[in-house]
Amino acid sequence: MEFSKEQYARLLKQACPRSPLLRDCLWAFFVGGGICLLGEGIRTAWLAAGHTLSDAGTLTSATLIVISGVLTGLGWYQKLAAKAGAGTLVPITGFANAVVSPAIEFRCEGLVTGVGARMFSIAGPVLVYGLLASAVWGVIWWLIRPWLL
Amino acid sequence: MRLGDTVRFTRPPGLAAWAAVGGKKEADGPLAAGFDLLFTDNRLGEETWEQAESTLQRHCVELLLQKADASAAQIDLALGGDLQSQCTATAYTFRGLDIPFAGVYGACSTMAEALGLAACLTAGGAADRALAMTSSHFCAAERQFRTPLNYGGKRTPTAQWTATGAGACLVTAQAGPGQVRLTAAAFGRVRDLSVKDGTNMGGAMAPAAAETLRRFFADNRCRPADYDGVYTGDLGVVGSEMLAQLLTAEGIDLAGRHKDCGLLLYDREAQQTGAGGSGAGCAASVLAAHILPALKTGRMRRALLVCTGALMSTTTLLQGESIPAVAHLVELTAPES
Amino acid sequence: MHYLWAFVVGGTLCVAGQLLIDLTNLTPARVLVLYVTSGVALSAIGLYGPLVELAGAGATVPLTGFGHLLAQGVKRAVDEQGLLGALTGGGAACAAGVAASLITGVIASLLTKSRDQN
Repeated sequence: MEFSKEQYARLLKQACPRSPLLRDCLWAFFVGGGICLLGEGIRTAWLAAGHTLSDAGTLTSATLIVISGVLTGLGWYQKLAAKAGAGTLVPITGFANAVVSPAIEFRCEGLVTGVGARMFSIAGPVLVYGLLASAVWGVIWWLIRPWLL
Repeated sequence: MRLGDTVRFTRPPGLAAWAAVGGKKEADGPLAAGFDLLFTDNRLGEETWEQAESTLQRHCVELLLQKADASAAQIDLALGGDLQSQCTATAYTFRGLDIPFAGVYGACSTMAEALGLAACLTAGGAADRALAMTSSHFCAAERQFRTPLNYGGKRTPTAQWTATGAGACLVTAQAGPGQVRLTAAAFGRVRDLSVKDGTNMGGAMAPAAAETLRRFFADNRCRPADYDGVYTGDLGVVGSEMLAQLLTAEGIDLAGRHKDCGLLLYDREAQQTGAGGSGAGCAASVLAAHILPALKTGRMRRALLVCTGALMSTTTLLQGESIPAVAHLVELTAPES
Repeated sequence: MHYLWAFVVGGTLCVAGQLLIDLTNLTPARVLVLYVTSGVALSAIGLYGPLVELAGAGATVPLTGFGHLLAQGVKRAVDEQGLLGALTGGGAACAAGVAASLITGVIASLLTKSRDQN
């Protein structure tokens, strides 16, 4: 008896172990929340150091990026992410990890053709579609602005 | 002698020697004692992961020659392959060895493919001694097919763990006394049941394994219970479950004889290897570290090794193609008593 | 109180991402693209600003916050430069984050090597 593609797909779905949803979500919540909490602490510190609200925000991002870069280099970010999933993916630290890890990985293919060319191979789409969406919003805002002001 | 897709050797080639080399996780696994050499640092002192895989292979060949008490000059042909693009790990290994080399690629099915070809060539008189070898390296595979090693990502539960290991066998034209015999080989047909999930290779490859086994049992009028072990490499938990279902639907009872190399190499729960081990080096090292020693000492009389390969690339997967798979088989028999 | 909201909102945004990965066929890369574009959209319709007021880093640190940053930057640039701002605003807003990542990446590539996960 030959299985049809549809039959096989159905049986395969049943045979696949499912992701432990509750455990995944708890990890994501506590690690992701923890990174944001750390961010809030850093932001408060930059504000206390006398920076404006907007500068403090920028400095907070930069600080988190550097922390993530160091942890990525040590191989610890990967270890945490293997458990935390989206908890380490969604925060800005995940973006930094996505930039720093290919830079380290492809160093042996050269500074230009490895590090330079492949650094944004994972994070690139975020920039492409983020900037694209912002440009679209810019045009919309330019069109509706005269009516709103 | 040809029986359907099966090539049955009237004067079977013998396996004169074999060697298994593994990495860190393999050294912590249940089969560690069977390996000839284990490394605790997967870099093996090399600059790149690609070089590390070639060094792994070089150690494997050296050990094999040592165990067979042979020199490189006595080998007529080497058949080997790996998972790196254009089979480079093996090519760089044989750059330093003066042996005629023919590269073979069948993804994780490469070991059975190379063994089957080596058996046919030696039985047919094209070579007296042929070497069959494959390897894989977790880090080299990861950086080529998935993500950088330092990238933080969570593995899906169906994903398999690429083994860091190499296995090699020396096939001689006619089995001598005390040698494990390669009594039959069957090259598989490509099967594809439209699985597109690159993190579920076991599921994608099970239909190919079922097809090769179904034809083999029909062509040879035998059944799984006639063997002490039917070893697949490497379906993992998901693929093994699907293989059982596919064969049951064909009226074939695996009768508890089925074992999977990917599940033997690691303690899946304790070592966190997801759905089990995989990679061309997984079946090759399990063969040399576990299956062949059992046949040699008579703990098993007859065994089948069915290596399955997923034949897609990252490019075809991104283009929306499904995963074609193939399974090659060799029948191994204990020395004549 | 600010800290509690940062933790809860940040954690919740991450859980939503985890649910998308576990329950749908979306790959992590697609989830990130979805997050940043949603951030732009939510900011544009005026919903993300209040969330930032409430949760601070809990809303700015997740990638939706990156989208919000881009949207705000573009809006400000259009106010100042007209249509040209649609081209310049986003890049200027994310310049610091991109440059920081890039510099960290280059330095890390010179100082460290990729590490085995075994």
